[in-house]
Amino acid sequence: MSALARAWLIAAIALRALRRNKMRSGLTSLGIIIGVASVVAMLAVGNGARASIEDQVAALGQNLLAVFAGSSRSGGVNAGAGSASTLTVGDAEAVAREVSGVVAVSPEVTRAAQAVANGRNWSTTVAGESEAYLAIRDWDLAAGAMFTERDVRTAAKVAVLGSKTANELFGPLDPIGQSVRIGNIPFVITGVLESKGAGIGGGGQNQDDRIIVPYTTAMRRITGDQYLRSFNVQVASAADMTQVEQEIEALLRQRHRLAPGTDDDFNIFNQQEIADTAGTITGIITLLLGSIGSISLLVGGIGIMNIMLVSVTERTREIGIRMAVGARPAIVQLQFLLEAMLLSVLGGGIGVLAGVGIARLVQALADFTPVVSPSSIVLAFGVSCAIGVFFGFYPARKAARLDPIEALRYE
Amino acid sequence: MNVASHTASSAGGAAPIIELVALNRTYRTEEVEVRAVRDVSLTIERGEFVAIMGASGSGKSTLMNVLGCLDRPTSGEYRLAGRNVAELERSELALLRNRKIGFVFQSFNLLARTSALENVELPLLYSVPLVPQRERRARATRTLESVGLAARMQHVPSRLSGGQQQRVAIARALVTAPELLLADEPTGNLDSRTSIDIMGLLQAQNDAGLTVVMVTHELDIAAYCKRIVVMRDGEIIRDEANAERRSAAAERAALDAAEQQARLA
Repeated sequence: MSALARAWLIAAIALRALRRNKMRSGLTSLGIIIGVASVVAMLAVGNGARASIEDQVAALGQNLLAVFAGSSRSGGVNAGAGSASTLTVGDAEAVAREVSGVVAVSPEVTRAAQAVANGRNWSTTVAGESEAYLAIRDWDLAAGAMFTERDVRTAAKVAVLGSKTANELFGPLDPIGQSVRIGNIPFVITGVLESKGAGIGGGGQNQDDRIIVPYTTAMRRITGDQYLRSFNVQVASAADMTQVEQEIEALLRQRHRLAPGTDDDFNIFNQQEIADTAGTITGIITLLLGSIGSISLLVGGIGIMNIMLVSVTERTREIGIRMAVGARPAIVQLQFLLEAMLLSVLGGGIGVLAGVGIARLVQALADFTPVVSPSSIVLAFGVSCAIGVFFGFYPARKAARLDPIEALRYE
Repeated sequence: MNVASHTASSAGGAAPIIELVALNRTYRTEEVEVRAVRDVSLTIERGEFVAIMGASGSGKSTLMNVLGCLDRPTSGEYRLAGRNVAELERSELALLRNRKIGFVFQSFNLLARTSALENVELPLLYSVPLVPQRERRARATRTLESVGLAARMQHVPSRLSGGQQQRVAIARALVTAPELLLADEPTGNLDSRTSIDIMGLLQAQNDAGLTVVMVTHELDIAAYCKRIVVMRDGEIIRDEANAERRSAAAERAALDAAEQQARLA
């Protein structure tokens, strides 16, 4: 009780000393304010980037493997993944049938096409998929319904529009039940997809600008081709991803009769690996941004030490007087330590507010949402307090070790 | 060497307030060894008013620092109120200064930009156990009133005259009700008239029973004390009772009367 009352008393003395030099105290705190603000803001930007990338990876679908046909070459020109004629519907069905841990498979063919409806025409991508495609991609409908397994079996002329495509063709009108002509073949529109945004999936195209039709219909009437561009595989659990990927590779090599030692004529794209890589990259970015902030925090701490050393020298006589009337060295040390801590805690508090403000400003100016996490605030504030103790300790000890006789003589 | 033990007005306490036995204080500066205080033995009883005199370099200031527990002797014994303080830690010495000793300095040594009242409160901030805030304020107010500064409590030192500043310093020394008041050239920065006032304050405190030890190099200031100790080259060369003691109160009254007369004339 008495110790607490004494600590309060010493804190009051320390605070008064700081208020006596408002300008200097403010400028000293500014170092910590800038340091803490930059740590909070930088971590918010880093966390925001991470969250944004994680969202985009998650938007690909849960536990997704995509198997692409290998690249074809003609005259030294590489036509890119999915261009070779190696994957068949049989391959996709075999994977669904024979590999354990596979929940669903959706064969995929794509082709650029001109769509005409409602008196407008629009150049877009037509994707042939199975009825399981939306579930695999974790994609919802904004309106209407997905085509059915029966539609796929019978190669029905039905289509689901991406949100952008629907908007371009129909504007505010309801497209459900309307007809869209793709290469002169009329399709009945059964549904419109929710917007997913231009993501990292979909081969660089806008995912919302597409028309999805049964793959059977697409192969028969649009591409006129036996081969698939790719097929998407949904795996039961994230833990099985690598296992399933290896089994698919083995199965396809066997089906394609590839000799040992030759390259695969297909590529497997593992969503988990992309997520892990993205996580690592954003982690490094966050660390980098945080370190930049930490350096300014460190510089702020050195500023506090510098000013406290000046202050101890300037106030040598005051220290001598306090000691002469009975201030114990420990109490003198506490006073100067508390002065340093008050500077850093005050700076830390204002810095947190400034950091949150900067994060808000970034959000307002850029199309990007920084995430201010409570842990980053606690961290920055805690570190600033620790800096007060660390950089205040040496000057405070210097004050406590002064010889009262020398100190009283100091001019 | 005349090292007499005076017991003029012992206040009845069993142990003398100050007892020095063969005390030495030696400074080592690089290769030179300076024996500032040499084999000093001195006893001061409670209630005494002692002047320590000597030229600069005589060791009187060093002795004063040791008496004030600001410095520790190199060898010998120093018993303050019966307790040997020669081997105490710095923090124990600080507590001892806080409890038993009041300091008055030549240059006042008040905290600048701090009111007279807060300057007087200062020692109470460091008392163990802690004096509650209300009592700190009450005691500081009372002590300032007792030195005649009731009207100047909120003034900062720069707005007080030298004499007033020294009164604040005396109040600060008295506020903890110490057993020993140490004054280092308390009138050194003051004119002769103000010096009389300050000496009057010290005499009044001594009359009330407080032991006062004062360092001075002025004979006419030492003349207000009851006992005069003279030092040279770190040793006590004379120690005797002051036969012709001046009374500050009487002189002040005479001075006032003379002024009154001059004004009437």
